[in-house]
Amino acid sequence: MQGFLAVLKRELKGYFATPVAYVFLVIFLFAAGLWPFIQKFFEIQQADLRLFFSNLPVLFMVFVPAVAMRLWAEERKSGSIELLLTLPITVPQAVLGKFFAAWAFLGIALLLTFPLPWVVNYLGDPDMGQIVTGYLGSFLMAGGFLAIGSFFSALTKNQVISFILSVVACTILVFADNPTTLDYLSSTLSPAIASIAENLSFKAHFESIMRGVVEFKDIAYFVILIAAWVYASTLILEERKAN
Amino acid sequence: MIEVQNLRRCFGPVVAVDDISFAAGKGDVLGFLGPNGAGKSTAMKMLACFLSPDGGTASVCGHDIITDPVAVRRCIGYLAENAPAYNEMTVAGFLDFVCDARQIRGAARKQAVERILSICSIESVYHQTIETLSKGYRRRVGLAQALIHDPQVLILDEPTDGLDPNQKHEVRELINQMAQEKCIIVSTHILEEVEQVCNRTIIIARGKILVDSTPGKLTEEHGCSLTEVFRKITTTKKSA
Repeated sequence: MQGFLAVLKRELKGYFATPVAYVFLVIFLFAAGLWPFIQKFFEIQQADLRLFFSNLPVLFMVFVPAVAMRLWAEERKSGSIELLLTLPITVPQAVLGKFFAAWAFLGIALLLTFPLPWVVNYLGDPDMGQIVTGYLGSFLMAGGFLAIGSFFSALTKNQVISFILSVVACTILVFADNPTTLDYLSSTLSPAIASIAENLSFKAHFESIMRGVVEFKDIAYFVILIAAWVYASTLILEERKAN
Repeated sequence: MIEVQNLRRCFGPVVAVDDISFAAGKGDVLGFLGPNGAGKSTAMKMLACFLSPDGGTASVCGHDIITDPVAVRRCIGYLAENAPAYNEMTVAGFLDFVCDARQIRGAARKQAVERILSICSIESVYHQTIETLSKGYRRRVGLAQALIHDPQVLILDEPTDGLDPNQKHEVRELINQMAQEKCIIVSTHILEEVEQVCNRTIIIARGKILVDSTPGKLTEEHGCSLTEVFRKITTTKKSA
């Protein structure tokens, strides 16, 4: 536990000790804030954040791997992993510490989008429950992307490779339930595989939480996804830490 | 304090450490000598529980490196080759992190940090980020990290590499000061260093221990300087 907390604290501080955090926050908030307005946020005249939330999967596809890519790749490249793992810290403690620090950082980024719900609340009478579940879903989805990114970061010493691999993996998971993809899968392979792809995709699960329906299966989907990829990162690291 | 039994590690087809065994106790300053790629660093990494051995085992302060690696790491201070650290952190933040990880808290932390700053003479760079430090200071910060919890066992991988003669001298003095209460393993290429700080020498080449003796005995037996002894041993055995 002590090791976990030490890593968590160091990592979280580390984001704000370098320009990484500020560059990320500014660009992310700009993109996340601007996009709904391009999509005629005012003209639609609906007091909700559907537009904002529905853009997040695509934004996260690029932004979350950018946060995740340095988690282990940098550590291995600079050799500081040898310091970290010869302190009384186990690999799972280190992996979880880094993961939760990065997740908390993404949580901060999400919280900083507060002017949007504030504006909606000021202009109309939105369903606040739906906005809260929207944020919950976004946070869970960020965790899912992050767990995937953490895995690919553990896989390679090169941050660029880790970034590209996780963007690709996240893209597949986001667009797996695209109608064209599903049609293609069910016509060339089988409808069963298309249904698997649909259920594995981020979007279906995210969208139902976003609509205000918090179902056990959707929460379980993200929890299992995160646990599985984080566990895979620890396995990879145990195997490759010294190479 | 350290007991190594038939330790072995391969990287693919290359056997880096081949069945080495030795023991060291309190007051021992063990010099690990050997040509580059002899397996010195690999052996030290296994003792520090960074690498797991393919065969054999070792125990440090009574804890086994395979079954209880966290306890081993607790009683070891380890300085890796090139003294890796988190470059974007300040020395203060870095030592704070190490104290967090080693569970040194409150008044004990303040004391430990003060002690280590003066031992390693890094007070002047305490608030600087590590990436701005010179090689000598970086190495000393690495030493500070390894010594902050006053470990019983110290493992130093080329602690004087890249330092200027004065800094080398300081590090050797430091090792000599600590020699009596601790068990220290030092790897080095510099043979005069062995004569100055070590009371035991192990010469490794191609993963095997060739000699386990004392520097004095070695020069006596062969009737020449340690450098010549080293050359004789590591080159003749290689051609054989």
